[in-house]
Amino acid sequence: MTSGAFAQWQADFATALIDAGQPVPAAVTSHSARAPRKRFAVYRNNVVVGLVEALRTQFPATERIVGTDFFAAMARVFVATEPPRSPILVTYGEGFPGFVANFAPAAELAYLADVARLEMARTRAYHAADAAPLDTRCWESIEPGRLLAARVVLHPSLQIVRSSHPVVTIWAMNSDVAEAASIEDCGSEDALVVRPQLDVELRRLPAGGAAFLGALASGAPLGDAAHVAAADDPEFDLAANLAALIGGGLATELHLAPPEEGLAS
Amino acid sequence: MSIAMRRASVMPRTSCLPPLAGVGYKPQHFADILAGAEPLGFIEIHAENYMGAGGPPHAQLAALRARYALSVHGVGLSIGGAAPLDRDHLARLKSLCDRYRPESFSEHLAWSSHGAFYYNDLLPLPYNDETLARVVEHIDLVQCTLGREMLLENPSTYVAFADSAIPEIEFIAEVARRSGCGLLLDVNNVFVSARNHGTDPDRYIAAFPLDRVKEIHLGGHHEDTDESGAPLLIDAHGSPVADPVWSLYQRVIDRTGPIATLIEWDNDVPAWPVLAGEARAAAAILGRAAKGEAA
Repeated sequence: MTSGAFAQWQADFATALIDAGQPVPAAVTSHSARAPRKRFAVYRNNVVVGLVEALRTQFPATERIVGTDFFAAMARVFVATEPPRSPILVTYGEGFPGFVANFAPAAELAYLADVARLEMARTRAYHAADAAPLDTRCWESIEPGRLLAARVVLHPSLQIVRSSHPVVTIWAMNSDVAEAASIEDCGSEDALVVRPQLDVELRRLPAGGAAFLGALASGAPLGDAAHVAAADDPEFDLAANLAALIGGGLATELHLAPPEEGLAS
Repeated sequence: MSIAMRRASVMPRTSCLPPLAGVGYKPQHFADILAGAEPLGFIEIHAENYMGAGGPPHAQLAALRARYALSVHGVGLSIGGAAPLDRDHLARLKSLCDRYRPESFSEHLAWSSHGAFYYNDLLPLPYNDETLARVVEHIDLVQCTLGREMLLENPSTYVAFADSAIPEIEFIAEVARRSGCGLLLDVNNVFVSARNHGTDPDRYIAAFPLDRVKEIHLGGHHEDTDESGAPLLIDAHGSPVADPVWSLYQRVIDRTGPIATLIEWDNDVPAWPVLAGEARAAAAILGRAAKGEAA
């Protein structure tokens, strides 16, 4: 092998590895066969099966909705289209929900991509940085005026998935969380995914809740976030959403504005 | 100052797993392991599964690390590739090792990345002067970055290469001599490769630099045949250790005395008692060797 030949050798191996239509690379041999197709296929198979398995682990509800065979076929196409770019496979699949949305054979299942988005959000929350939720006592004895001028830092695991489908209900029915049943209300649902301690929690957000948390995440004071949420959905209930924010451990820091600013607002 | 001396001065931590039986850790066994009914010598983790920021993986690892010796086993560094090592990945490995201070760090004589992509498999390389120099260069960088000795694992292979000019054992021995790294002897890989290439696993063991081996792996394989009817064994890690692999392991331990031994079971992971039973079988062989008893 001449200098630099190793890189070319590896490039040839990699090309044949991901394209099963290619012949076995010329350098590959064995004691029993000169172009050992079946032996080389072990490597091809390991790559695809391992990556499909990684996606199955990440997207169990999506798999349950379409069935094992359909999911495997869909995942194989994704693996060939977007192979991982990092050896950290526990987060492989960021592009999968977008791929599912455009996967023509699944077009009838308009909600499928949103279920996959929800599952990817759960994976992100699972591996997110740890942070202690704010002690509920921190919220006590703050005057309402000062409270509305306060800003919060949301938990690093917190994510919102907005859907025009009943995505939380569909996810629950396909995750052993709820019995399968016909869905009466086919309206939109927004999901909250958060891991205040060690367990990933998933709940349906109340009216305006997604807009409220989204505004808080971008740094708006509580009062301003409430206005945004009320504009998004007139049924927004500030008291109920504050209770969920405090009781659900969704915030890790509370920053009160200086007293004069609080009084002025 | 010679290269060997310079290495000695920057590589204070050598691998020091206890010469006992351990298991590859799977999260579904967390409660069983913590309950502690089975005496375990150590646990091993795949480094890449603990590279998230937080959450249950780190909480579990911290709890286990407080009770057990730890081996961090990398599967994604691509030491056997032509391209320079991924510096970001190396930094993540360093931060993992700094955080948990494992007794051992090991990686594979294989490649898994090429260009922008990660193939999630331990792929083979030809053995010749160019690849030898590249692997030594990569291991130098790993050991200097981590500030510790690494163990290099022998591969299981399914094909041979027209471009190979150096026998595998000579290649591995020379890598260890030049880089100063230790070795991880996967006895199942020895058996799988020997069957796949029509060679004798005992001759492989006889020629292997056993004095550098600081950990042993045992795992299950799947049996198939190639198109000519020749055996094609696949290193599947989804079944118990095969009887001839246990026998080969016994003959290794007869030569070396007790060495830290890991049971790997990564696919179709069984209930804890099954995995614990495999570890107990390895522990029995190690226990007899420690007392100086013949098998």
